[in-house]
Amino acid sequence: MDDFTGTTAVDEPDRPFQMKPGAQAIVGTSFKHEHLPAILADGLKDGFFEVHAENYMGAGGPPHRVLSAIRKDYPISIHGVCMSIGGPATLDLTHLARFRDLVVRYEPMLVSEHLAWSSHGGTFFNDLLPLPYTKDTLDKVCAHIDQVQEAIRRPILLENPSTYVAFASSTMSETDFIREVSQRTGCGLLLDVNNVFVSANNHGFSASAYLADFPLAHVGQIHLAGHSEQLDDENELLLIDSHDRVISDSVWTLYRDVVSGIGPRPTLIEWDSNLPDWPVLRAQAGTARRITTEHGIALAGELSHEV
Amino acid sequence: MKSENRLCEYAAAFAAGLTDPSMVAPDDVVATSGKGVIKRYNVYRNNVTVSLIDALAAIYPAVQRITGVEFFRAMARFHIRVTPPASALLFEYGRDFPAFIESYEYSRDMPWLADTARIERAWLDAYHAADQPVLATEALGTIEPTLLASVHFKAHPAARIVRSPYPAVAIFAMNRTDGPVSPLCSSEPEDALVTRPEQDVVVSRLPPGGATFLISLVEGASLGEAVAAAFQEAPSFDLQANLAGMISAGVFTAIEHGD
Repeated sequence: MDDFTGTTAVDEPDRPFQMKPGAQAIVGTSFKHEHLPAILADGLKDGFFEVHAENYMGAGGPPHRVLSAIRKDYPISIHGVCMSIGGPATLDLTHLARFRDLVVRYEPMLVSEHLAWSSHGGTFFNDLLPLPYTKDTLDKVCAHIDQVQEAIRRPILLENPSTYVAFASSTMSETDFIREVSQRTGCGLLLDVNNVFVSANNHGFSASAYLADFPLAHVGQIHLAGHSEQLDDENELLLIDSHDRVISDSVWTLYRDVVSGIGPRPTLIEWDSNLPDWPVLRAQAGTARRITTEHGIALAGELSHEV
Repeated sequence: MKSENRLCEYAAAFAAGLTDPSMVAPDDVVATSGKGVIKRYNVYRNNVTVSLIDALAAIYPAVQRITGVEFFRAMARFHIRVTPPASALLFEYGRDFPAFIESYEYSRDMPWLADTARIERAWLDAYHAADQPVLATEALGTIEPTLLASVHFKAHPAARIVRSPYPAVAIFAMNRTDGPVSPLCSSEPEDALVTRPEQDVVVSRLPPGGATFLISLVEGASLGEAVAAAFQEAPSFDLQANLAGMISAGVFTAIEHGD
């Protein structure tokens, strides 16, 4: 985990994220308070848990008690959902300070945020909203990530978005945009495989081609989640990044392809609404672990011999 | 500045229609192969509105149980349009909702609904309040009796008092859980005390004069001044019972000796 706690990667932007063997194969799930008794009774061996930063930004009380309890037994990752890194407005310094305090307090294994925005003009929209990919927005996103990384004194992982629309004003592909951001800021990447699948369907591109263009060497974490189905104006399939069900077979296949190609990465099962009983979520983590073991570890062994 | 303005446009244009159904998606928003963007933009609108209604429902479960889900969601939708959240912390949202309920034309036949909401909002504030020890039972006994009237108390960060001309505490208690609801015949005013004495939030009903007594102390009055104010409001004010109640409920975190 050394690369995540130091600032080395900020100084050497082109160096891929590398972790100790073993840590790379770690699999986790979203952490929900409803599951705490079940987790304490029958947890996630060698696993980790991820929380949304904003839920723990209150001064005290039960949320911190519960997070401290889980942190005692497991590594955690802190996933910010409201920083508005992809927005044109300056970052909210109060929010950034709260984010920093949380990172200092809980010493997470991983810290991540989104390539999206959620606040504008004094209103918080509570959704991950899309941005055009242009030279202007690239500069802005890089400045925001620099600011976050300076505040928390470690690199973050930036997550690729799931989107339902695009912008006519975009002048770069999403993968080029993300590669540029990673190179300029030294941030790592959180590859959400479900987001790739959802966006590929919604915009009519190939998920495999997107992954071939994606700067996979910088991936420090993988997200997997379930999606739901709607119809667009043409009555064609529109996928919604809903985090409310099991992971689809197609997303598992893409995941297998990714870990076969780059080796294991810390992988998280995201589940945020219509929460299942803990054993269901744990079984999804078990599937990810099996795929990682079968397809990722062998590759990691080969790569380490090459070094 | 021109570049800065142009840069801002995508967010301003995209945001404008998110909570305003009369607006269409901005021109810059497109879909592949010239597909339409109505339903696609509506996904974002729906995410915003539904998640914020859900947030209010999570903060105000008793209000939702009283009004029914459909009524609550319609009322919450109006509120979100008028007062969307300013903070990225959703547990800070909905502070204006009780006042909105009070002015909402379809809830006028439930005049106690706003105070029930005020207790729920206080509950969530108490839940997230800073951790501090509560005053020990013995603490009062250690004070020299002649100095007792001049002591001041430091409020615990979780402590809240909600006054109501309606039986709001009984209504809150009955609707906050999934348990059975029985007809409530009381029309007595009820004052709520919300505290977090150990790990969990507790809502209790204050005795006559209790609210004035505690509000005075929280606002910095000496014990003597608070007792006088309480007696003035309620001649039946029971000092011993109120002192014991405030200690066990954890209203205060420290004693500050008088000047």
